[in-house]
Amino acid sequence: MSKKSFRQAINEALRQEMQRDPRIILMGEDIAGGQGGSAGVVDAWGGVLGVTKGLYTEFGPDRVFDTPISEASYIGAAVGAAATGLRPVAELMFVDFVGCCLDQIMNQAAKFRYMFGGKARTPLVIRAMYGAGFNAAAQHSQALYPLFTHIPGLKVVIPSSPYEAKGLLIEAIRDDDPVIFLENKVMYDDEEEVPDEPYTIPFGEANLTREGDDVTIVAFGRMVNFANEAADRLEKDGISCSVIDPRTTSPLDSATILECVEDTGRLVIVDESSPRCNMATDVAALVVEEAFESLKAPIRRVVPPHTPVPFATVLEKLYLPDAARIESAVRSVMAYKKTKQDA
Amino acid sequence: MTDLITPITMPKFGLAMTEGKIASWNIPPGGHVDAGQEIADIETTKITNGYESPASGTLRRQIATEGETLPVGALLGVLAEPAVNDADIDVFIAKFQTDFSSDSAASTQADHAEPVLVSVGELTLRVQEAGQGSGTPLLFIHGFGGDLTNWMLNQNSLSTDRRTIAFDLPGHGGSSKIVGDGKPATFAATAAALLDKLDVTAVHVVGHSLGGAIALELAKAFPQKVASLSLIAPAGLGQGINMDFIEGFISADRRKTLEPVLNYLVHDKTLISRKMIEDIIRFKRLDGALQSLQTIAQACFPNGRQADDIRPALTAFSGPSQIIWGAEDEILSPADAKGLPDTITVTILPQAGHMPQLENAPAVNAAITQFVK
Repeated sequence: MSKKSFRQAINEALRQEMQRDPRIILMGEDIAGGQGGSAGVVDAWGGVLGVTKGLYTEFGPDRVFDTPISEASYIGAAVGAAATGLRPVAELMFVDFVGCCLDQIMNQAAKFRYMFGGKARTPLVIRAMYGAGFNAAAQHSQALYPLFTHIPGLKVVIPSSPYEAKGLLIEAIRDDDPVIFLENKVMYDDEEEVPDEPYTIPFGEANLTREGDDVTIVAFGRMVNFANEAADRLEKDGISCSVIDPRTTSPLDSATILECVEDTGRLVIVDESSPRCNMATDVAALVVEEAFESLKAPIRRVVPPHTPVPFATVLEKLYLPDAARIESAVRSVMAYKKTKQDA
Repeated sequence: MTDLITPITMPKFGLAMTEGKIASWNIPPGGHVDAGQEIADIETTKITNGYESPASGTLRRQIATEGETLPVGALLGVLAEPAVNDADIDVFIAKFQTDFSSDSAASTQADHAEPVLVSVGELTLRVQEAGQGSGTPLLFIHGFGGDLTNWMLNQNSLSTDRRTIAFDLPGHGGSSKIVGDGKPATFAATAAALLDKLDVTAVHVVGHSLGGAIALELAKAFPQKVASLSLIAPAGLGQGINMDFIEGFISADRRKTLEPVLNYLVHDKTLISRKMIEDIIRFKRLDGALQSLQTIAQACFPNGRQADDIRPALTAFSGPSQIIWGAEDEILSPADAKGLPDTITVTILPQAGHMPQLENAPAVNAAITQFVK
């Protein structure tokens, strides 16, 4: 066990799984880098942020290859390869590029098992970067996990730390269904203790990162860290929060969320995706329907405004939820008093 | 006057402990405390434990407040007799705080020994060493599903005058998930190979639960390597075992299912913290961990009974041996310690379950310290 970055944790998961199973291949734009160029530099890039670095030299061009800049073609090829016996891990680079290959994911990969009477398997992982805070402007900063969560037949994973990333990616690779694995691009240098051995974290099991009695905070991906920070600050003032990291939005561990809200009676949801039809609305609907009686205060959502992600640094900072905003949402639900008499 | 003033500082319960939280003060300001009386409850990320006062006196000051988190060594309070005047105490506190802030950075660095990986044949073992001195070294062997952190409240205390070695058994913690036939004799051979690798010729062995049976196999196969045996709630003295624990521990794959299983381990259920559960789940997620546990359970507890009887080997062991057991053990019964030869000391600790080394560490540490003198 040693400290590893989010980037190293993902690289190690890919390497160890590729050593274990020769059917695993990697494909994507610039994941090796330089192969097609006239300079002939092999493994120059390892992906735009260096996540796949070293894998081309270890596993060679038959298992790690750069694709043309055509998402429709290589994601389509990955879906086909998965359906016919390989276990591809395709990198979409920025998740925003899904617009170019949504049919291959939504109408093909996600539907095979269902439409072929349960007989087809599509063991495909699509890795992509998501999220604002990188100053990468409106077309490279979206948090599109609600889009994938909306589609039955896809599993959707949002790791919140290096330890989580390694275990969840290995689980994704060993899963026989298409999995969308979303990496927050701001977190690649985050570090923590990560076991050297391979391990798996099951899908659909939320992680309770803080345990408290007053307020439940449900947060996704990078927002889990902000929620923990807010919870730690609030604890000093005597407000104790539970923080739930659902890990996967599909499947969603609704049981853990409901049990926790039934204990605390208050809910704050932190989601960095656009606010309409996002995970915060989904979790709010779940709780209102299943645990209404236990609520002591209205549910608060800490979400960005319904706008494209701004490029200007100050505006981008204003756009994203942060620990301070979570803290004030928690204080507001704690301060809430019912004004109308209960009938 | 400073020799009449005793600082109460944040204790270091485990090798990995760097800070602790005052869960509660058990003595009010101005109250009298006897040496050994629990002056406060200290909460770490792993466990909440009573902190026994190092001296007798009046608790003149509570510096740390309940709920406050402080680094190891930080000043929590001050003991002094009523005769000591307040001004002297203020001077003492001011000097302590100045010295502590300059020392702390350097000393925490030095104390913090990390476990290392040691290759033994085809295996990699995670090993935690501590201490040095002229005393015969001491080896800790944990039980089924445990790891070297089971000794977090013991290893430091027992390392004052000797080298001590704790390690993760194969299939456990950070060691290779290769367990062979999963029998105690196989693990004993691994322990012997580890001692050879570390150039240790003979050790006092402290074995817990299944580790007790392993310790005895070690003594049987390599009598020259074992100076004494301290067996804590050892397996192999009876046939009965709580299979709800064994099977539940193997099958539980999430916090909610694991917590009730871990409750069997201790008498005081509040000791099972969220962090402890998370650490065990993390070990169980590693590739090969589950299969290892299944193999061991199959080999050691087939059909819900303990397979091995260590009584003959224990009686035959020529060195000194003792048994320590929690009276409230819910996994192996302390009644199993009956009917042994009089030469074997048996200590039954009240208010403790299957892990007395955690629940009543001072008593266990004292019994072992006494024994290995």
